[in-house]
Amino acid sequence: MAKSQVVMKINGKTVEALVEPRTLLIHFLREELNITGPHIGCETSHCGACTVDLNGKSVKSCTMFAVQANGAEIRTIEGMANADGTLHALQEGFREMHGLQCGFCTPGMIVRAYRLLQENPNPTEEEIRHGISGNLCRCTGYQNIVKAIQFAAVKLAGVPFQEAAE
Amino acid sequence: MNDMTPTSAERAEKLEGMGCKRKRVEDIRFTQGKGNYVDDLKLPGMLHGDFNRSPHAHARIKKIDTTKAAAVPGVVAVITAETLKTVNLAWMPTLAGDTQMVLADGKVLFQNQEVAFVIATDRYIAADAADLVEVEYEPLPVNVDPLKAMAPNAPMIREDLKDKTDGAHGKRKHYNHIFSWQAGDKAAADAAFAKADVTIREMIVYPRVHPCPLETCQCVASFDKIKGELTLWGTFQAPHVIRTVGSLISKIPEHKIHVIAPDIGGGFGNKVGAYPGYICSIVASIVTGVPVKWVEDRIENLSTTAFARDFYMDVEIAATKDGKVTGLRCYTIADHGAFDACANATKWPAGLFSIISGSYDFPAAHCLVDGVYTNKAPGGVAYRCSFRVTEAAYAIERAMDIMAQKLGMDPAEFRVKNLIRREQFPYTSAFGWQYDSGDYQTAMTKAMEKVNYKKLRDEQKAKREAFKRGETRELMGIGVAFFTEIVGAGPSRACDILGIAMFDSAEIRIHPTGSGICRLGTKSQGQGHETTYAQIIATELGLPADSITVEEGNTDTAPYGLGTYGSRSTPVSGAATAMACRKIKAKAQMIAAYMLEVHDDDLEWDVDRFRVRGNPERFKTMTELAWAAYHEVPPGMEPGLEAINYYDPPNFTFPFGAYICVVDVDVDTGTTKVRRFYALDDCGTRINPMIIEGQIHGGLTEAFGIAMGQEIHYDDDGNVTTASFMDYFLPTAVETPHWETDWTTTPSPHHPIGAKGVGESPNVGGVPCFSNAINDAFGFLGSTHIQMPHDHWRTWMAAEKLGLHG
Repeated sequence: MAKSQVVMKINGKTVEALVEPRTLLIHFLREELNITGPHIGCETSHCGACTVDLNGKSVKSCTMFAVQANGAEIRTIEGMANADGTLHALQEGFREMHGLQCGFCTPGMIVRAYRLLQENPNPTEEEIRHGISGNLCRCTGYQNIVKAIQFAAVKLAGVPFQEAAE
Repeated sequence: MNDMTPTSAERAEKLEGMGCKRKRVEDIRFTQGKGNYVDDLKLPGMLHGDFNRSPHAHARIKKIDTTKAAAVPGVVAVITAETLKTVNLAWMPTLAGDTQMVLADGKVLFQNQEVAFVIATDRYIAADAADLVEVEYEPLPVNVDPLKAMAPNAPMIREDLKDKTDGAHGKRKHYNHIFSWQAGDKAAADAAFAKADVTIREMIVYPRVHPCPLETCQCVASFDKIKGELTLWGTFQAPHVIRTVGSLISKIPEHKIHVIAPDIGGGFGNKVGAYPGYICSIVASIVTGVPVKWVEDRIENLSTTAFARDFYMDVEIAATKDGKVTGLRCYTIADHGAFDACANATKWPAGLFSIISGSYDFPAAHCLVDGVYTNKAPGGVAYRCSFRVTEAAYAIERAMDIMAQKLGMDPAEFRVKNLIRREQFPYTSAFGWQYDSGDYQTAMTKAMEKVNYKKLRDEQKAKREAFKRGETRELMGIGVAFFTEIVGAGPSRACDILGIAMFDSAEIRIHPTGSGICRLGTKSQGQGHETTYAQIIATELGLPADSITVEEGNTDTAPYGLGTYGSRSTPVSGAATAMACRKIKAKAQMIAAYMLEVHDDDLEWDVDRFRVRGNPERFKTMTELAWAAYHEVPPGMEPGLEAINYYDPPNFTFPFGAYICVVDVDVDTGTTKVRRFYALDDCGTRINPMIIEGQIHGGLTEAFGIAMGQEIHYDDDGNVTTASFMDYFLPTAVETPHWETDWTTTPSPHHPIGAKGVGESPNVGGVPCFSNAINDAFGFLGSTHIQMPHDHWRTWMAAEKLGLHG
């Protein structure tokens, strides 16, 4: 199959490659670029394990062709840490609040939560629950994911985190 | 001691041992996208396999033509049953004593059954070519209804067993019959029913569901022709079992098979068994000489690798008119699909289903289970529960509610009246199980107080009156469940898998500088073993949890074990860890005595050190003793500081809990709002309360999914209609209720640290709690039992049947 040239900026690095037009973005990332943080859970856009941040939007990379991402700026879990190498508040929050168990949904969940907080830096619990409803988790029951995102929101706002009373 | 010396308590806290909400070790890599899952693995020259699958549920194969598929550029080989026959691998044994086709041999028995395996240079080409395999079918009559499986004229599913009157578990009474299994005392139970004041009987169906971890089943097989060795990476909950079974099937010597389970993206029972994909990948790697990867897609996962439940339970309870239970009977038809591939301890075809007398003091009980074949996917795994325990808990907890309703008693009050009393432990049930410990009344009372149960019932009463007056269209339901599990398989006298006793193991090696490594026969799939096992060691040996590496999943380095499922890691490997620690500690004590020039008996343990009795200033810390173990051991003592323990538990453990939930059901739309869910769990000694709470949140969410919407459904032609996330319900953050967790602590008397296991309790107790709440909402209108799942449509139908829509 004839290949197409694509150029994209992934986690701050410019990547040029030749891809088959039918290659899905998730396979391009995982198989060609060894960016294996985003996972494949369903290949039908339901589970969100493959979520990446693309041009300022959360995108399920299992239902987008790599050629459609030509020229795009992409961030995956591998690009979430702060410039100084410290972990992003969300990465810290997920660990602090026990927001993950098997870790398979976590990269997509964190990348999704990142965009959610960009759009709404101080979300309510309900807004968080709706905001991550495109990302499935089979282990945690979401309650601690909500707390993890609240932890990050508070930390990013520069105030100390206080867990809400039960 | 001066004020600067840390107290024992301060030193203990620093260790982050048992009882500490220690942050998880695993999270450091998982939050950075650095987990190492099977599909992340890429080997030089690796090929990809994909299946051609049957569109029919039951059909004879007239012809398979692989010419077009093989001609696709990039296709390296196409394997069919005929190919597998040349290496005697067309069929494989199941863990349940049955045999299963690896690739369809002569006919297909369920939709999406594996027919041909295509190996190609990339996964796209493999998928394209799999579609080009041409198969000519002659459709046969289909049966997907287990209740019709043993009818005289039912379609014969397994022609290979046509003349076999004996199965793996005794006589077969029909060509679609797999086994009959019974427990308890039939005569005693019948006698109880004969003289009972009140009896109830209900057909309680636990539909077929799927564990559905977010990561599907997958593997990479790499056969090294020069060494004659096979390395198999895979999503295995039980890597050692896979190695042994792999060796028995393939005839490759066991020491030449290296099974590696890397990080696993959830299992919940789905990843216990051996699947055709594994066998085909191994054969493909042997044939092609290069590594072969197989990754299931979601449809394949939901429709072929494992299912759970599918139990049709005809349950009866007998009681006195004042509400004391006197007898229990249950007759169950178990649908195993086309092959009995359930993952139970081999001698237990219906698992531990005889825990069905639950938390109640039944003087007499009997159960009988018949397993049958249908044109559905094979399996019968335990979806986040010990073998068939969830089915049993669901049956008894629904039946108790139905009896309470008939007696006109409050379901909580009826339970309290019949709970096994504290002084009865250790308690031997009518089925012969010896419950290790429990304090059920305390748990139930605490739960009822915490939710203010009486006030809830008063509110419900008022709402029901309002409903009758036409002032509201909402019904309030209160669900109560009190469950007892049986986990931690198991005592080897009772449990084995294909003859291998179900012990488990831990090997601990303390390094000279006082750090160490612990390797185990279990395998975490998200439970946080790397964190919690280290906490047991921290408390037992007085070394900081952070200084202990925990490693599982590599059969070359880990001691033999039976893996992680059935909540057995803490009860069995957790015990092995403590026992191995105690061997190390005993040796350390001898070294300490030698160094301090006192007798062993003059030393006492204090958090992280041995000190001289009455002279606490003279001590040796465990770190000092580790160093000494490598350079100044007593004369005649073997140097080094390590130990291994294979732990064969004397009994199962019996975690329990009291759950209460409140729902509001809109009778016009069938939608249910979960207003409140309170879960009290007693898992014995608590190792990491943070992880326990996380396990309970997750298990409750799975229970919510099962009770409120999950079903693997087949139409009459055997088409599976729920094989994607479009139609198989997985709760999102929006539907998932808020969970309130609580606990009591009743340690297991026979476990070295008193722990019982917790991962599965919330699924076991959660499902009946939700279902009881829905049933409770409608109960006062004359309904006795509404089948799961309680999705909007079915709930609306229940309201419709009761004439609530005018």
